[in-house]
Amino acid sequence: MSTTSTTLEHAAPPGAGPRAFVQRLRQGDEVAHVITLVFAAVILLITSLLVYELWLQSHLSRAKFGWAFFWTSTWDPISDDFGALPFIYGTLVTSIVSLAIAVPLGLAAAVFLAELAPRKLSDGVAFLIDLLAAVPSVIYGLLGIFIVVPLMRTVIGPALKSVLGVLPTFQGPNYGVGFLTAGIVLAIMVVPFIISVSREVLLTVPRDQREAALALGATRWEATWQVVVPWARTGIMGSIFLALARALGETMAVTMVIGNNPKVSASLFAPGYTIAAVIANEFTEATGDLYLSALIELGLVLFLMTFILNGLARLLIVATERGGGHPA
Amino acid sequence: MRQARLVWRKSLNAVMLTLTGVAAFGVVAILFLILGYLIWNGGRSLNFDFFTQLPKPVGETGGGMANAILGSLKLLFLAALMGLPVGLLAGVYLAEFGGKVFSFVIRYTTDLLNGVPSIVIGIFAYTLLVLPVKHFSTLAGGLALAVMVIPITVRATEEFLRAIPGSLREGAMALGASQWRTIATVILPAASGGIITGMLLSLARVAGETAPLLFTAFSNRFWSPGWTQPTASLPVMIYTYAIAPYDDWHRQAWAAGLILLGLVLLANMGCRVVLSRRGITRSV
Repeated sequence: MSTTSTTLEHAAPPGAGPRAFVQRLRQGDEVAHVITLVFAAVILLITSLLVYELWLQSHLSRAKFGWAFFWTSTWDPISDDFGALPFIYGTLVTSIVSLAIAVPLGLAAAVFLAELAPRKLSDGVAFLIDLLAAVPSVIYGLLGIFIVVPLMRTVIGPALKSVLGVLPTFQGPNYGVGFLTAGIVLAIMVVPFIISVSREVLLTVPRDQREAALALGATRWEATWQVVVPWARTGIMGSIFLALARALGETMAVTMVIGNNPKVSASLFAPGYTIAAVIANEFTEATGDLYLSALIELGLVLFLMTFILNGLARLLIVATERGGGHPA
Repeated sequence: MRQARLVWRKSLNAVMLTLTGVAAFGVVAILFLILGYLIWNGGRSLNFDFFTQLPKPVGETGGGMANAILGSLKLLFLAALMGLPVGLLAGVYLAEFGGKVFSFVIRYTTDLLNGVPSIVIGIFAYTLLVLPVKHFSTLAGGLALAVMVIPITVRATEEFLRAIPGSLREGAMALGASQWRTIATVILPAASGGIITGMLLSLARVAGETAPLLFTAFSNRFWSPGWTQPTASLPVMIYTYAIAPYDDWHRQAWAAGLILLGLVLLANMGCRVVLSRRGITRSV
């Protein structure tokens, strides 16, 4: 009988009973088991405590504003009146803008790395892209302030206005800081995630799928776009969800370039605010209990948004890696 | 007609394939742009004072970030002290002892914790360690970072322990070693290289975190004695200096950015090279 590590984990000796237990206890196995179990349980404890604290500390705000918190757009610390709408709006808009840029770019790069590039080049580039994912967000913010914001004011903004100026999203004064700038910086930050996960998923697509398409006379691009990418679509969706979850929760880089103005505006040039940014800016200044409680409730909202997205993303990636949905 | 269609398909093929290559190299170019710009701007601003001096009062030029460098080290030490043991032992549990249901719950929770935005972790540490005592502290910042270290360490430990061949386990047990002895004297040493690399990666990741420190460790323009005072840290200094209106502060923000990015990237490159030699490409 070949015993692998997986069967050893449940290595209850034959005839496990009180005597076997005493023996394991004497040898220290049960003690080690319990100690590691306690530490594993600490993770459970920390996570539940986190949710509990967010819920508990936001009770003042929840009691006073109820559900109206989500669709009121006043944010007035002086008269203690708080609504989350501008922040939820800003969070969603910046995330959507970032995905609109990052998804085509990331998917194209992943296709190149998985389908066209020789394996060595692909691994080398993937290594560099992993490094890009490790750059701290405050560094992206630094570059955002000193490169992207001036570029937005002088080049990107005027160019967009002259081409797409009829759209309401590209009207109004352009300060350099705003939704679009934050979206661009976010796009640079999440694109490595899309590339590295999508590349892994694309590499799992069986070879014969490509070969069958090519044998039928498809060009390389047709084989990729009509066969390989659809095969991997659930996993790619998963990578997009992961990127979205990251974009929603991203704090520093956005805080530094969004302009910090709690207004709902149709124009992407307008300065705005996100949930994470308002927490970062105002938490230490929050003097009243209700003010602090409202900020913590925003934290709770952010937590729930990323929680749901992360859950969906993991399900999708697991489903593709198992080849789910595809007749293999 | 067919000929025209073929030409169209072939040119579409060429154009799209070229675009994918442009996208891939464009993204890589961003990395070199970031590095180049930081080295250019930061390198000019870096001097000996940066490492040895305290920040000067507002309005005076010069000074350094010695206190922030020490503060970051202290925070990382706390994060390692609190986070690594929990991550390691929980990882051992998942790989060696875990049952089905409880292990699933722990794994799921770990992933969940890993996905929590860092600013929310900051709120959590604030409610635990700042709100009750009414002042910011190094300890609270360390706790926030520790919470972020745990999930990464757990997954790395579990993965490396599972990669140890079963024959090693069987050999030890055949010699009469009990399970914990096998783990402690055979399995863990065999996996130690990978596990330590994973731990370093997790510390490298939290070293650049700013958001969870803003209202836990806060900041400080002076040395921070002991563990219960607010402390400066490199990421928070970069943030405050970058958004301030003084040119001299911008100069120092670039220098701090260069130091921080240099350390984080070096740690990452070293770790990833070690990991890929062991045939593991994706662990974190």
